[in-house]
Amino acid sequence: MTSSKLSDTLKRIIFLNNLVSYILTSIVLVLYLAFILIIGFRPQLFHIYLFNSSITIGIAFGLFIIIFSIFLTLIYVLISNLYLDKIREIND
Amino acid sequence: MTNLFFLALVIFLNPAHAFALDNASTNFAGLIFAIFVLITLIITYFASKKSSDKSNYYAAGEKISGFQNGLAIAGDYMSAASFLGISGLVFFSGFDGLIYSIGFLVGWPIILFLIAGKLKNLGKYTFADVTTIRLEQSKIRVLSASGTLVTVLFYLIAQMVGAGALIQILFGLPYSFAIWIVGTLMIIYVSFGGMIATTWVQIIKALLLIVGASILAYFVLKNYSFSLNELLNEAIKIHQSQELILYPGKLISDPISAISLGLALIFGTAGLPHILMRFFTVPDARSARVSAFYATTLIGYFYILTFVIGFGAIIFLTNNSLYLDDSNNLIGSNNMAAVHLSHVLGGDIFLGFISAVAFATILAVVSGLTLAGASAIGRDLYVYVLNKGKANEKKEIIVSKVSSVFIGIVAIILGIIFEGQNVAFLVGLAFAIAASTNFPILFLTITWKGLTTNGAFVGGMIGLFTAIILVILSPTVWVEIFNFEKAIFPYKYPGLFSMTTSFLFIFLISKIDKKNVDENKFHLLVKQSYLGRK
Repeated sequence: MTSSKLSDTLKRIIFLNNLVSYILTSIVLVLYLAFILIIGFRPQLFHIYLFNSSITIGIAFGLFIIIFSIFLTLIYVLISNLYLDKIREIND
Repeated sequence: MTNLFFLALVIFLNPAHAFALDNASTNFAGLIFAIFVLITLIITYFASKKSSDKSNYYAAGEKISGFQNGLAIAGDYMSAASFLGISGLVFFSGFDGLIYSIGFLVGWPIILFLIAGKLKNLGKYTFADVTTIRLEQSKIRVLSASGTLVTVLFYLIAQMVGAGALIQILFGLPYSFAIWIVGTLMIIYVSFGGMIATTWVQIIKALLLIVGASILAYFVLKNYSFSLNELLNEAIKIHQSQELILYPGKLISDPISAISLGLALIFGTAGLPHILMRFFTVPDARSARVSAFYATTLIGYFYILTFVIGFGAIIFLTNNSLYLDDSNNLIGSNNMAAVHLSHVLGGDIFLGFISAVAFATILAVVSGLTLAGASAIGRDLYVYVLNKGKANEKKEIIVSKVSSVFIGIVAIILGIIFEGQNVAFLVGLAFAIAASTNFPILFLTITWKGLTTNGAFVGGMIGLFTAIILVILSPTVWVEIFNFEKAIFPYKYPGLFSMTTSFLFIFLISKIDKKNVDENKFHLLVKQSYLGRK
């Protein structure tokens, strides 16, 4: 820890980790912004019913954001705890 | 100390004394709540034996597992406001309740992706430990402590006022008496038991709340063969707005306010001091990430439950004269929807259970907040600002404990002063401040090489004051509280503007202050954020 130089492997881990983090973050932000902007500017879109049921696109989209967020957190934890941590250990 | 416990036990083991009872449910609620208090006090007693060292007091000895911490985080986040408030909002306007739930949820994946693991690798007890790795101690500790205390205080007032009103309705206790019970118990948990007791109070409460809400949603859904479609169909037949409850309603009439609120919720969550502190209670970064995953799952599941419960309430309460007052409103406001629904579907005993859970929920949330505030005073201000980092451990812990008593008393007094005031906006303000001060500093410390102490200090302070001033000038305070005709700042939520201002000033001042950039320290920090403290 005395040197501030980053080794090439560490640079690679940092790059991969940032890549995964920022991609997943943008997916969540884009979904959420889309949800809010549709409600703000085109609410009629959310009035459409799915398959003749009482479930509107708005409700389905909302529930989807919740479930998909959970799914993405699982993906992130798997990638970073199984894959990225492994590279880290090998190169320690 | 023993006397104090004895006194507490006498009050709570004797429901006839503590609760104004006249029916089975209040009795049962008193019993469940008494058991909850008893168990948590026993935990506090054992925790108090360990709470004289820093690691145990601030971070539960870093021995909380990822799953346990996930439950505790979910416990911190699922307040009575989100359980009763969101189910009440769904009951009242259907779809709009979902907009709030989603705003509160999406902060979680982002915390995980951007900061959870790094936070654990970099910090020890408070988030200022992270920022001061590369920035100057005294200024940054003052800034973080201000951000923490202001956030904690506003959040605490909102919780206390809500608590008093809720307990008044549920148990028929006088408002100020309810505030005293909540305040006293939270002081006992935090000052004697520190993070160990606070975490276990949180875990037990989270389990109770998840179980209670699951049973309630199960009772609703089993009447509609577990089909969301049938549930919604029935609800639109009964609700006076009919199918309009399935569409976006009046909540978001102005998209700028909506985005502003959304940003404050997302990035504010990532800057709430009592939440950030939780990531230090696990052994390593791996468990910190796992805990964020469990927290997201539990919170997401919980919000889906509140949605089902809200629609259940539409069906079972709308025409049910037992729960309506003369003007056809729900007795005790829409926030009571989940509580009344528990009575319809599960009888006196279940109503008692849900009421006790609501009470326990309030208690757990205020305890977490108080501990975060006490740590900011004891660690950030006392040790690093007053004593330049050279205080002995015993004194530091004593200062933190005394601070928790002090914060508790302030919360009780303010809770009583603000009785009957509309303080809901304070929660929004707390999130906006966290998003405009704590989050930008933390995020830029981890990611931006060019950040300097002066940039962080001045920009962060500007963010803090911008959030407060914009809220005062907004329609919520300027028009509704001060009764001016027109608001100076037209939007209800300041988040978008105060956060941008904060980032902008931190950036500009750091650029001007370029000579103070320490690249070496930044590289060390980046290395440590991946490899941990070694």
